Amino acid sequence: MIAELGQWSLALALAIALVSSILGFWHLTRQSLSTAYLSRALTGTALLNFFLIALSFGALIWSFIANDFSVRNVAENSNSLLPTAYRFAASWGSHEGSLLLWVLMLAGWTAAVALRSANLAHGFRARVMAVLLILQVAFIGLLLASSNPFLRLLPAALEGRDLNPLLQDPVMVIHPPMLYMGYVGFAVTFAFSIAALLEGRLDPTWARWSRPWANAAWAFLTVGILLGSWWAYTELGWGGWWFWDPVENASILPWLAGTALIHSLAVTDKRDALKSWTVLLSLIAFALSLLGTFLVRSGVLTSVHAFATDPTRGILILSLLCAVVGIAFVLYAWRTREVGMGGSFSLVSRESLLLLNNLLLAASLAAVLLGTLYPLVVEAFGGEKMSVGPPYFEAVFAPLLLPAAWFMAMSPWSTWKSTSSFSLIKPLLFPLIAAVVVTAGFILLRGKGSIMMALGIASATMLACATVMHVAQRVRQQGIALSRLYALGLSYWAMVLAHLGVAVFIAGVTLVKTYEVEKDLVLSPGQTENFDGAMLRFDGVRMRTGENYGAWQGMFELKHANGSTVQLTPEKRRYMSNGQVMSEAAIDVGFFGDTYLSMGEPLPVEGNKPQAWTARIYSKPFINWIWWGCCMMALGGVLSIFDRRYRNKAKLKDKSMSQEQVSQAAV
Amino acid sequence: MNPTPEEIERLQRVSSELRCLVCQNQSIAESTAGLAVDLKQQALEQIQAGKSDEDIRSYMVERYGEFILYKPAFSASNAVLWGGPFVLLALVFVMVIKSLRRRQQAAEPITQATDVLRAAKLEERYKRDASNQ
Amino acid sequence: MNRKLFLILPIVSLLFLAVLLAKGLQSDPRKLESKRVGKPAPEIVLTTLDGKQFNSQSMQGKVWLLNVFASWCSACVTEHPKLMQLAEQHRLPMVGLAYKDKTSDTVSWLKQHGGNPYDIIAVDLDGRVGIEYGVYGVPETFVIDSEGKVRMRHAGPVDDEFIAQHVEPLLAVSNVGNTK
Repeated sequence: MIAELGQWSLALALAIALVSSILGFWHLTRQSLSTAYLSRALTGTALLNFFLIALSFGALIWSFIANDFSVRNVAENSNSLLPTAYRFAASWGSHEGSLLLWVLMLAGWTAAVALRSANLAHGFRARVMAVLLILQVAFIGLLLASSNPFLRLLPAALEGRDLNPLLQDPVMVIHPPMLYMGYVGFAVTFAFSIAALLEGRLDPTWARWSRPWANAAWAFLTVGILLGSWWAYTELGWGGWWFWDPVENASILPWLAGTALIHSLAVTDKRDALKSWTVLLSLIAFALSLLGTFLVRSGVLTSVHAFATDPTRGILILSLLCAVVGIAFVLYAWRTREVGMGGSFSLVSRESLLLLNNLLLAASLAAVLLGTLYPLVVEAFGGEKMSVGPPYFEAVFAPLLLPAAWFMAMSPWSTWKSTSSFSLIKPLLFPLIAAVVVTAGFILLRGKGSIMMALGIASATMLACATVMHVAQRVRQQGIALSRLYALGLSYWAMVLAHLGVAVFIAGVTLVKTYEVEKDLVLSPGQTENFDGAMLRFDGVRMRTGENYGAWQGMFELKHANGSTVQLTPEKRRYMSNGQVMSEAAIDVGFFGDTYLSMGEPLPVEGNKPQAWTARIYSKPFINWIWWGCCMMALGGVLSIFDRRYRNKAKLKDKSMSQEQVSQAAV
Repeated sequence: MNPTPEEIERLQRVSSELRCLVCQNQSIAESTAGLAVDLKQQALEQIQAGKSDEDIRSYMVERYGEFILYKPAFSASNAVLWGGPFVLLALVFVMVIKSLRRRQQAAEPITQATDVLRAAKLEERYKRDASNQ
Repeated sequence: MNRKLFLILPIVSLLFLAVLLAKGLQSDPRKLESKRVGKPAPEIVLTTLDGKQFNSQSMQGKVWLLNVFASWCSACVTEHPKLMQLAEQHRLPMVGLAYKDKTSDTVSWLKQHGGNPYDIIAVDLDGRVGIEYGVYGVPETFVIDSEGKVRMRHAGPVDDEFIAQHVEPLLAVSNVGNTK
């Protein structure tokens, strides 16, 4: 009964969205109803639909938690032994369930826009809502037509097939929702751009009000991706944290486009420049989200993440993608002609630096896209089946994107419209010296110098140094006391935090890739082994039972060079529902790096001797900087949303900008 | 025959550029799958027999096709793959610079006055939108 | 002119992408084409299950089947009845390649699953011959023609369709009936 309720609620939401968006566009084009009325009607519809879709999602969750195995999706993805928290997460562990999650997110963002867009012009707001509602129609339609999670399994199964043990992890509870919040969040900027194109005007209002939405979506996507990476590291058992897997690439593509978008929007907002490029970017960002959806669910490319492949589903998703993006691109080609070039700027200026950042991001995006799709291209042109593995991406991606760090170091010193090259380069002198010193230090103390390593550490140091120096200079310049640092503006602090995050990220990646070591071990109980300046002692194995698994738990003691010891308990688990065996690594987490230990196989017992085990131990220096850097970036994104410019109250109090502020607007 | 450290390093390098065909997305260096171990063994023997990295790669490709190359070959058919992004970047960079230069020449002289005028126009628009409640 | 080009570029790219992805949907990303098809079959020199020597040269002039199997392979159990069926019809010589399997395991597996469909079983203990043939999974079946060229490689269990499509035509072409 509940499952049917979920399905009907969804169908109702589809019908409502369909009717309201069609009627909305009809009246908008014919101007037969006041835009104020339409705007209110459509926002009301958005809120109603959110309620209906949330209800539907709730129905699915309930079916999982209540172990209703008459619902096919529950029978295929859950189990009565599954802990409750994971039953909750199992609702999005399958293609159907995750698609419903996607729909829920879309409804959520639509409702959020409905509630927080009171300061938009009515006609514009009505169009934005209508576009989002049409997207809802498309996705709910796709779901009901081909991927219905509420289908019944009759007679009901006695027991479920269980959630893949790899997914039975706390991160599973947050990683997909964060990721989808990001993917779907770009639908908002997409809708804003479509609305602007439909109206035939691309004034800075559009850019200003798009910015918080773009930043929010980008922050969520950043968090989603970093969680995925961290999860792979902790769960997969061999210390890897990024594999350039097609599905991972599918998430990085909208992220790169999104990063370009948030910077391009800054230019359009502040200087009314790069307008048509920014519109195109916002269309592309969402298009890439849709492409990602397609890649994951169609079976076109194999991946660790791919859901059970189904080509008929793939065709439907591809059609949806072509329809949505096709219409968007046609609209773009047709309508941007009237827009005009916008404000001009000189070859050396803040605008051009941001444009350069966009170019580098676009090039690295092209590289990732090319690498991911190239096997398909070769095959389509009759060539032999080939594959593009991580070596390609690692060789091409870093060189393309690393220079961005240098320009990021320069950018706080740049001014809008025109800057002297000298004023950009002079402040970098000290950071450059610092970069050389730090790089040399690492090479001397730890060896293993290489070009990429040097570039990485130098870039990270230079960026961090330059950013901090700019903060210091600005604080001094504006005579701000330490207790009133917020006076610099949340937007500025957001930039500082995000850019420092990038520096931390680059440092982490460079250092772990340069200095990581691993060792294969064969240990009997009582044996010790030296590794990377530390001593590891194996104390044997004991049996342990979890909620739905039995495990051999290895007991190890790791003694660091500084004398501190830590107990490590990696496990080899066997899940009771389907007998699947999984390795759970033990990680000694540290600020300066992790020690990562995973169990291998038990060796055959020899006579009376205690059983020996194989294991693998890794040293991963500075690896946590990767994810902390990403957290800083995401936090910066979130911080920027709360800048006082976007808050209603402050807006009405804004005085007109003074002359000086015009040509040198603070970030 | 026990491999020397140099041979082990070479093996690591060569095998990290060959794909494990029975894994989702791993090189034979990383994988512990049966076929991966066999292929690594085969590669080691070839290294010890004095074959070059290129020889070993051709050996593998002859039996398993280009698919086994984890790192795509630097061939003419892969020119777009390896060179594409860089060429694209260079092309667009040049185009953008040309376009900026052209616009600068055609643009109105950048004076304080025009800027103030522009700022005022922007402010007007914001106010208008805000009053559209 | 330049601007028009720039505006149409997104649409063109989308079309290209759509065609590419649509084509991609039609092929299985996990299926590998065999590189040995159309080329001379790599020579096999191995000991057989009964301790004799087997050289694939001895198969020259005949159309024959090479089936890669193992006792640890579950899908091999599925295709075993089909192979037995084929063997009973005495259509063509069938050589089994016991791939990375202990001979005792191979013997007991065959006994367990209803007999030996192969005329000869070559033992490939270390999988070297498998590598020569580009074997990446078990079971795999190769059809080799009378000139010693590999005609096709089938990955996965054999079925009636495979026999009808790939074995029959070759047998019809070689006018002399095969004898063991």
